[in-house]
Amino acid sequence: MSVTAIPATGGAYRAAFEAAARAQRGPGWLGTARRAAFERFLELGFPTPKHEEWRHTNVAVIARGEFTPAPPPDAAAEAAAEKFLAGSPFAALGGARLVFLDGRYAARFSTPGALGAGVRAGSLGAALAAGDAIGEALTREAPWSELAFVALNTALFDDGAVIEIGRGQVLPEPVHVLYLATAAAAQYLQPRTLILAGRDSQASVIEAYASLGEQGVFTNAVTEIVAEENAALEHARLQQENLASYHVSATFARAGRTARVALHALTFGGALTRNDVTAVLDGEGAEVLLNGLYIAGGRQHIDNHTVLDHAQPLGTSREFYKGILDGQASTAFRGRIVVRPDAQHTDAIQSDKNLLLSADAVASSDPQLEIRADDVRCTHGATFGQIDAEALFYLQSRGIGAEAARRLLTFAFASDVLARLRCAPLRRALERELFHRWTGLEGDGEA
Amino acid sequence: MPTPITNVEELTLQEYKYGFVTDIETETVPRGLSEDIVRRISAIKREPEFMLEWRLRAYRQWLKMTEPTWANVHYPKIDYQDIIYYAAPKLKTDAPKSLDEVDPELLATYEKLGVPLREREILAGVAVDAVFDSVSVATTFKKKLAELGIIFCSFSEAVREHPALVEKYLGSVVPYTDNFFATLNSAVFSDGSFCYVPPGVRCPMELSTYFRINAQDSGQFERTLIIADEGAYVSYLEGCTAPKRDLNQLHAAVVELVALDNATIKYSTVQNWYPGDKEGRGGIYNFVTKRGKALGKNSKISWTQVETGSAITWKYPSCILQGENSVGEFYSVAVTKNRQQADTGTKMLHLGKNTRSTIVSKGISAGFGQNTYRGAVRIHKNADHARDYSQCDSLLIGDRCGAHTFPVLEVKNNTATIEHEASTSRIGEDQLFYCRQRGLSMEDAVSMIVNGFCKEVFRELPMEFAVEAQKLLSVSLEGSVG
Repeated sequence: MSVTAIPATGGAYRAAFEAAARAQRGPGWLGTARRAAFERFLELGFPTPKHEEWRHTNVAVIARGEFTPAPPPDAAAEAAAEKFLAGSPFAALGGARLVFLDGRYAARFSTPGALGAGVRAGSLGAALAAGDAIGEALTREAPWSELAFVALNTALFDDGAVIEIGRGQVLPEPVHVLYLATAAAAQYLQPRTLILAGRDSQASVIEAYASLGEQGVFTNAVTEIVAEENAALEHARLQQENLASYHVSATFARAGRTARVALHALTFGGALTRNDVTAVLDGEGAEVLLNGLYIAGGRQHIDNHTVLDHAQPLGTSREFYKGILDGQASTAFRGRIVVRPDAQHTDAIQSDKNLLLSADAVASSDPQLEIRADDVRCTHGATFGQIDAEALFYLQSRGIGAEAARRLLTFAFASDVLARLRCAPLRRALERELFHRWTGLEGDGEA
Repeated sequence: MPTPITNVEELTLQEYKYGFVTDIETETVPRGLSEDIVRRISAIKREPEFMLEWRLRAYRQWLKMTEPTWANVHYPKIDYQDIIYYAAPKLKTDAPKSLDEVDPELLATYEKLGVPLREREILAGVAVDAVFDSVSVATTFKKKLAELGIIFCSFSEAVREHPALVEKYLGSVVPYTDNFFATLNSAVFSDGSFCYVPPGVRCPMELSTYFRINAQDSGQFERTLIIADEGAYVSYLEGCTAPKRDLNQLHAAVVELVALDNATIKYSTVQNWYPGDKEGRGGIYNFVTKRGKALGKNSKISWTQVETGSAITWKYPSCILQGENSVGEFYSVAVTKNRQQADTGTKMLHLGKNTRSTIVSKGISAGFGQNTYRGAVRIHKNADHARDYSQCDSLLIGDRCGAHTFPVLEVKNNTATIEHEASTSRIGEDQLFYCRQRGLSMEDAVSMIVNGFCKEVFRELPMEFAVEAQKLLSVSLEGSVG
C-alpha cells in the first residue's frame, strides 16, 4: 500500500463483497479474479492528490463515505424511469435500447429488438448467470491490479451491458445503453460494460448515465472494449447525472489491425467526475479518435485522463478535448500519448482547449508525450482563453446583443466536438440541448 | 587525411573532445558530510555568523529530506558520504591581485578550453570571473565595473565585503528549504558568483563565469546570486566544460536572480560537462536549481540554455512573475546522445497582472539518449490578463532514443490566455536527401538541419555564445544520423 493512500474503509465494502460473492453466479475464474481484485483494492486504498495521477482530483469524499450497494429499484423508481423514458430527448437514441435501473437490467424498459444473428446485446449479469460464453475478455482489458477503482468495480459489479457484434455484422442503428440512478445518497453503483466488435464489423454504442432523483450516488463504472481486425466501432459516453453525484469511470479499448475506434467522452453532470480513457493501438494501421467535451458550472469538478498507447506501427490517433467552465468549476485534463519503440510511422495529434467563462473557474491541462520510436509525427497543443473579443465585436456589429453573441460563441466553441459524433440521433439531441442551454432558443444551431 | 564520416552513427560515437586533468595541489576537507564539515567550510571561508547559521539550518533541513524520484532519469544511488565537499586550489597568495599571480598551470587549462583570460580581457570585452573548482581565482574588469557601481565578484568575497546585500537576497528566491539538491547546496556551497547592478545602470559588458570541475571526486556546489536594482540591465553568461573521468561527479548548483522595477536580467548558459562514455560510464550528474524573481513592475528575466553535456541533467530554470507587467522567458536546447538523460524545462508562475511568458524548448535525442521536457505554467488568481506561449519541439535521431514532454498548465484566472504546442518528429529523409544532392556531406546536412531546428533559441544567445553553441551542437551530434 502506498503510504499516501487513504485506506478503504474495509468494513462496509467487505460486507458488501462477501454478500455479493455468495449471491453471484458465473464462471469460477471470475470468482477468483473478483476476490483477488477486492484484496488488491484494500491494499491500494483510495488515491489522494499526492498520487501523480490524482493530483487535481481529491476523492476524499468518496474515500471517507460509507457507501453501501444500491438496493433493487422499487415502484417509485420504476415510475421515475417510465417518466424519464417517455419524456427525455435522450431516452431513445438508437435502435436497440438496454436500460439499467439502479445498476440492474430492467427488462420491461429495454428493447433489445431484432439485432440479427451474430449480435448480442443484453445483461451481463444474466449472461454470466446463464453460463454464456463471454470468454476471458471480461477483466482482461481493465488492469485492476494497479487501479483502485477498477479493482473495486471488478470485485463488486453484478450487472451491466454486454454487446457482442459478430464477424462482419454491420449495425445500421446505435445500441443505446442507459444507466439510470434513483438510489439514495451514500449508495454506490458498479456498472460494467463489455463491448466486443468482431472482425470487419461496424457499430455504434451509446453508454449514457443519468439521475432520476435529487440524491447523489457514487457511480464507479468500468467499460472494456475490444475492436478486432478491421472493425469500426464508435462508443459515446454521455454523463448527465445530477450535481450531487460522484462519478468515476474507466474505459479501456483495444484496437486491432486496421480497426477504427472512436471514443467520445461527453461530461455535463456530476459534482465530481473522473474519467479515465485508455486506448491501445494494438495492430498495424489502427486508428483511434478520442473526442471529448466537458462542460462544468457551479462547483462541479471534472477530470479527464486519457492514454493513447501506440503499441504497433502505422497507427493514427486523433484526440480533441474541449472544456467550458463557468461558476467556480474546476477541470483537469491529462492526455498522454505513448509511442512504443516498435511503433514506427505513428501519427498522433492531441489538443485540449478550454474556454473560461467566469473569474473563479480553475482549469489545468497536462498534455504528455512519451516517445520511444523515431519515425513518428506527434504533436499536442493546449489552450486556455476567453471568448474572442473580435468575434464578439463582429457579432455585435451585426446587431446581435453582447450577451446573445457570447452565448452563440460558446455554443460554437463546443460544436466541432459534437460534429465529430457519427451517431446522428445523439449528435442532434446534444446540439439541441446545448443550443437551448446557451441561447434559450429552440433548434440545433443550424440555420 | 581522415576518412570522412558517412553516417550519423559514427558521428555520435565520437569521444568527448575536452577531457583532460590539470594537476594542481588542492586543499580539501575530508570525505563525507556532517555538521563539522559545514562548520569547517564556513570557517575556511571566514564567513560571518549569519552565513554559518544559514548553512546549518539548511544542513538540518537536508537531513529531513529525501532525494526526489519523480524525474524521468535513472542513475545509481549517490553516496553523499563519499563526496569531498570542499576543494580549493592552493594559491600563492590569499587573493591574487592580477593575472600574473595566478597559477600558470591554471591559466594553461583555460587556454586549452579556449578561455584565454587576457585575450578576452582585451579582445572580447568580457569580464570573466573564473571559477576553478570552487574558488574564484581571477576577476577581470572589476575596476571598470566598480566605476559604475556594479559589484561583480566571487560569492565568498561578497559574503565578506557586502554582507548586507547577501543577507537580504540570499535565499529570497530559492529558500534553503526548497528542494533536496538546493538544500544540500545551501549547506555546503563552496563559491560562485555574485553580481549587483545599481539603479539605472546598464552593465556595459556581458558578465561571464567559466565554471569548471577539476579535482577528482569533488562535487561542485556553486551559488550564484544576481540582483538588478531598479532600471538596471545585466546579461550574464555561464559556460562549462569538464575534464574526462570515470567516476560520476555530482554538481548541485543554485542560481538566484532578483529583478526590481524596470530591471532586466538575461542569463545564458552553455553546458558541456563530461557526459560519460558511450556505454554511459562516468559523466557529471547535474542537479541544478535556477530561479529568477521578477519582483518589480515591468521587470524581465530571460533564461537561455544550451545543454549538451552531463550524464544526467535535472534543471528547471524558472521565473516567478510577481511584479505587474513583468516578463519571463525561457529558451532551451537540450541534446542527449549515447546514454545521456536530460529532464529539463521551466516553471512560469504568474502572480502579477499583465505578466507574460514565453517558452521555447528544443530537445534533440540521439543514440540511447532520453530527453524530457517538464514544465509548468501557473496563472494565479490575481494575474489578470496573463499571457503565456509555450512551444516544445523534439527531434529524434535513431530508433532507440526517447523524447518526452510533460507540461503542466494551470489557470485560475479567466482573463489569462495560454497556448501550448509540442511536436515530436525526426529529421526528414527528404530534407537530408535535398541537402545531400546539393553536395553537402551527411554530417554537414544534419548539422545544418539541427541548427535550423534550434535557431529560435540560438538567436537569443549573445553573439560569442551563439557561435560556440552552434559548434558545440555540431560536435555533439557528429555521427548521429544514418
